[in-house]
Amino acid sequence: MDAGLIAQYVMNGLMLGMMYALVAVGFTLFFGVLDVIKFSHGDVLTVGAFTALATFVGLSAAGIRSDLLLLLAMLVAAIVAMAALGMLIARCLVLPLRGAPALNTLLVTLMLGTALREAVRLFYPQGANPKPFPALLPAASVPLGQFNLRLDNTILLAAGVAVIVGLQLLLNRTRLGLAIRAVAQDEETARTMGIDFNAIVLVTFAIGSALAAFAGLMNGLYYNEINFGMGLLLGVIGFTAAIIGGLGSVYGAILGGFLFAALQTIGAVALPFGSAYKDVFAFAVVIVFMAWRPTGLIQEKISERV
Amino acid sequence: MLAAALVTGAIAATTEAKEKVKVGFIGPLTGGVSVNGIGGRNSAELSVRLRNADTKAKYEYELVVLDDECKPNVAVQVATRMAADKEIVGAATHYCSSTAIATVDVYHKFGLPVVVWGAVLPDITYRNKYAEVHRVNGTMINQNEANAELMAKLGYKTFAVIHDTTDYGKGHNQYFSESVAKLGGKILGTFGVTADQQDFTAELTQIKALNPQVIYFGGLTPIGVRIRSQMDKLGIKAVFDGTSGIVSDAFIQGLGPLAEGSLAFREGAPTEKLPGGKFFMEKYTAQKYDSPPEAYGAFAFAAMDLILDTIEKVGPNRKLVIAELGKVQDRDSIVGKITFDDHGQNTVPVITKYVVQDGKFVEWEDSEYASGKRKLPGQP
Repeated sequence: MDAGLIAQYVMNGLMLGMMYALVAVGFTLFFGVLDVIKFSHGDVLTVGAFTALATFVGLSAAGIRSDLLLLLAMLVAAIVAMAALGMLIARCLVLPLRGAPALNTLLVTLMLGTALREAVRLFYPQGANPKPFPALLPAASVPLGQFNLRLDNTILLAAGVAVIVGLQLLLNRTRLGLAIRAVAQDEETARTMGIDFNAIVLVTFAIGSALAAFAGLMNGLYYNEINFGMGLLLGVIGFTAAIIGGLGSVYGAILGGFLFAALQTIGAVALPFGSAYKDVFAFAVVIVFMAWRPTGLIQEKISERV
Repeated sequence: MLAAALVTGAIAATTEAKEKVKVGFIGPLTGGVSVNGIGGRNSAELSVRLRNADTKAKYEYELVVLDDECKPNVAVQVATRMAADKEIVGAATHYCSSTAIATVDVYHKFGLPVVVWGAVLPDITYRNKYAEVHRVNGTMINQNEANAELMAKLGYKTFAVIHDTTDYGKGHNQYFSESVAKLGGKILGTFGVTADQQDFTAELTQIKALNPQVIYFGGLTPIGVRIRSQMDKLGIKAVFDGTSGIVSDAFIQGLGPLAEGSLAFREGAPTEKLPGGKFFMEKYTAQKYDSPPEAYGAFAFAAMDLILDTIEKVGPNRKLVIAELGKVQDRDSIVGKITFDDHGQNTVPVITKYVVQDGKFVEWEDSEYASGKRKLPGQP
């Protein structure tokens, strides 16, 4: 296999992995602070992508032509709207169910996900159809043999890295991050130290959902196509990635995301009759892996259970 | 005013006096291909409405609509529900081949006469010889032959195949590969993908290395849009050669200018060129549905019309309807003459070849690609 081809596979895998990692980090954050699994996360991503698209359509109709301006507006609109949606979900669905078994939260959010998905399908104009997503990043590309190095993909990848680094700094270097980690570690003690538990939960859900919005926008810019069902599989894969990494660990989630993308790529490329079974292969490996290391790659650090 | 009221009253009285008969419709009303399902549902409903408005009709019809979500497991459930309801005399069923093939046994077991309105897998009518199952549209064998012939004529020799792994996609792969082999073309690689896959870069990167002249796609619009757009991202310049599954406005809307030069094939003539196409479109537009009939709407209308005609003739009795449907020969319909063979398959000889030109599916013969004014990628 020539080097260009391998480079192309690596690039494909990295892009996928970045999106998985961003979704997985959301799962892991929610689990960290509240020990809940929020299954509507993938659909929040979808709603985020559609919010960005609607912003684009609206602003284009208003006569704004600058790609950069449009992109910024879409990013801000999607992130703010999804952060708000995330807080709303936490406030109205997740927090009230705190006393109930964790299974209830899982079910409620699973249903919410379906509701969000179907709402996009029904209420977005012609929402059942795949929607073209505008290509707003510079599309210059350098063909290097079999490898097509595209500027837009490079920018997306860099932006993804920046977001993850930013999140790390937020969690590890700020008072807010300290509070989030404190709540994750021990809710009771955190409360006695004067941390407003509910506020921290809301902020965490806002951050996680904003990450999903970013991933949704990234997905749209990368594939130039979004559809109402895009979040479903991304949600499942993001959750899987978070589990592989060890729920509760941010590094684990990122690692899990890239690992899953690598598995899929290997499944599609290296197996005979591969592509039809690449998901089967990837999930099968995950099952075997879970049997070997039930706690994931990185043991829970920020969410110590008693 | 009073007279008008009296007349309306009289009509209401006569319709009330009519015996009520239930007929059914099944299609994908939610999920990725729901535009086609909703177009079909509207078209079937249009047929029922027109019949109910017809004072000469003997019965008053009620349409029962169920959603198969284009999923075989769901389809079996709703088909069972419909077939088990003895009040439902006949039904126009299924757009997706995977659901149509999954349910034929159900209809056979419960003795419900059905007319398939959109699914193209040959096995639906040909695997068994069920008197209950009929189909007004053609099968995918014919369209793939026409497809391979056009490709050979244009001088294309090397192909890569991407197909979804449902019965629909697998059938397309089989019949297209056979037709290509007969004409001396070469399939360089075949890639099965799941019907809800988002990312095709791994498959397409492999295809790029194989460097085929044509990428044949056997599947439906949503992943067709993704594959075509990701081909562009990877800088693949091959012809995108699709099937009846991508003939929809959604394909063009989803891709914008990228759709240009994509090929597709479909049984039957385009709606506007059908014998009753103009009549159908006029009536359809008059109902102000908020979505178009899509490619198979006219077939759904014809299927439902055929069922209603048959009930009018022999009465609301499943057994009599089945017997009568078996005798359909040279029957006029808005999709042309309908003749069922001994498997209940309409023998439609026409295949329409399409190419996307300036944001529209244009018949190949009328296109600037056929006249040589424009060229497909890599066309000699």
